[in-house]
Amino acid sequence: MSTVPSNSAPRIPSPVFGKPHAIGEKRSVPEGERTPAPVRRINLRAGRATKIADDSFRYAMLTCSLSVMAIVVLILHELVTRSQLSVAKFGFKFFLGSDWDPVAGQFGAFPFLYGTLVSSLVALVLAVPLAVGVAVFITEICPKAMRGFTSFTVELLAAIPSVIYGLWAIFILAPLLRNWVQPALAKSLGWTGLFTGPPFGIGMLAAGIILAIMIIPIIASITREVLVAVPRHQREAVLALGATRWEMVRMGVLRNGRAGILGAVILGLGRAMGETMAVTMVIGNRPEIAKSLFAPAYTMASVIANEFTEATGNLYLSALIEIGLVLLLLTVIVNGLARLLIWSITRGTPSRV
Amino acid sequence: MSKVKQHVSLWRRTANVLFTAGAGAAAVLVLAPLFAILSYLVYKGVGAINWEFLTNTPQPVGEAGGGMGNAILGSALILGIASLIGVPLGIGAGVYVSEFGRGRYANMVRFTADVLNGVPSIVIGIAAYTLVVLRQGHFSAFAGGVALGIMMVPTVARTTEEMLLMVPHAVREAALGLGVPQWRSTISVALRTARSGIITGVMLAFARVAGETAPLLFTAFGNQYWNTNPNQPTAALPLQIFTYAISPFEEWHRQAWAGALVLIVLIVLAVAVVRLAARRGSFAQQS
Repeated sequence: MSTVPSNSAPRIPSPVFGKPHAIGEKRSVPEGERTPAPVRRINLRAGRATKIADDSFRYAMLTCSLSVMAIVVLILHELVTRSQLSVAKFGFKFFLGSDWDPVAGQFGAFPFLYGTLVSSLVALVLAVPLAVGVAVFITEICPKAMRGFTSFTVELLAAIPSVIYGLWAIFILAPLLRNWVQPALAKSLGWTGLFTGPPFGIGMLAAGIILAIMIIPIIASITREVLVAVPRHQREAVLALGATRWEMVRMGVLRNGRAGILGAVILGLGRAMGETMAVTMVIGNRPEIAKSLFAPAYTMASVIANEFTEATGNLYLSALIEIGLVLLLLTVIVNGLARLLIWSITRGTPSRV
Repeated sequence: MSKVKQHVSLWRRTANVLFTAGAGAAAVLVLAPLFAILSYLVYKGVGAINWEFLTNTPQPVGEAGGGMGNAILGSALILGIASLIGVPLGIGAGVYVSEFGRGRYANMVRFTADVLNGVPSIVIGIAAYTLVVLRQGHFSAFAGGVALGIMMVPTVARTTEEMLLMVPHAVREAALGLGVPQWRSTISVALRTARSGIITGVMLAFARVAGETAPLLFTAFGNQYWNTNPNQPTAALPLQIFTYAISPFEEWHRQAWAGALVLIVLIVLAVAVVRLAARRGSFAQQS
């Protein structure tokens, strides 16, 4: 290293080798201490072959990283060009019309937009309190011995394939709703208008519940990361004022992490909107708009899943691809927003989903 | 905790107890579906699994027996193609961002990977359809592999990057100090040190796409017969489960449960085997 005097008798530990680097600290190493200088010198000595090898390695890796961006651009490009037919024919009315009649060549996507948004919102209403509750339980209450088990189990929920959730929802959840939950809801909350009509079991409510189960692990695990990132002294300060545990969590933890928790919730929303199989299996697949949550509905992802291979004619296919494009844009916006919020809290510690 | 006696009002104590009970109840409520799903899976699935189920092709409705052997093989084929596409791309992108990338470009790659991670699987299916199926003119295992491979890239890339960042800088410098060229130092030192973490990330990505159904609906499409040709429509386990689950036949429902159990077991097995293999002979600390 050029920065270290080589002739000093008791060797002064060099700033690079002497100081143990903390994990993940790489970026904080000051510019002068980085490796490029010795690399270049070795390259000079080692000659051309090494330089060529190094450069080709570097370009190969660069190509890989470029391909990540190329994939996103390519997906966007394909969806935009392939949906032109429908965009040109229907324009903005595509989103307002509620006629979905492939035979007559009439395509309006409003029922699907509605179904996606409402089923995701139902899922959020159910999932958020539970997910935040679990995250708080794991970080603040759970005894240390059980902590690993609980968070592992919650994350296991995320590993179950969507189609298996759907299978379970069709055969277990839907009958349960039909026979027990929906009659009870209709009796007690029927006056709201949200829980009326014949209890089919399948429908918007079932879709919302299964979506909630599926997005809880995502919201919970990110909320947990956010809560862990809240500095310890915040908790201690509140406790020192004589707060109970609840007050400590409310004032010291949740209030500090609220932006990150909001980010986690929005990320869950993004997942819920794009979720396909489980929803398709239980939502009933009818492009209708009903106030009652018992009624069947249809989501953007489900209509693509159900009708894509049967789409006869270019306009039909183009309309479905346009729905896919809208779904893509919605989820990208929602996810981007969520990432920003999460980054604002857990900056420095990389977030993972 | 201090031993100082303090007076806490009844209301505050009640709120505290309610909060603790509420959080505990939330944990129970969240874990309940998991156990419900897993136990039903075992309960309904075990009875229908036998040798015939694992090795035969599906039978027409009304005929007893039949199985999902071709679907298991098809899934393996599709996942193999997906891994061939997704793993090298993902690791390469992660290596670049962590070892060479600085500043704006690296952040852009990271952000794009996160965006790609959030793209709904069905949309990736559409893209694979227009990119591969429409151009080839037929459904194929290859198209399914492309869709799943794309889905693997962001997870692999982000974990690779994170794991490489955890490798102490001094290790790389030691290699460079011995005159090792940088590409060797990256491959034999940095990547090797981070190996077990990267493999975990790859397995996470693999497990995630192994159960994916939506992008296969109109890429791999499904097949009633054995197929090992990547250029042909191919059956896949999740697809078969979906088809059977929404069918009106009792016998197919039974097979759907069995298929779901097989799928979960295969995913867990694949992850476990690779992790065990990775741990053996690896000197890196477990992440």
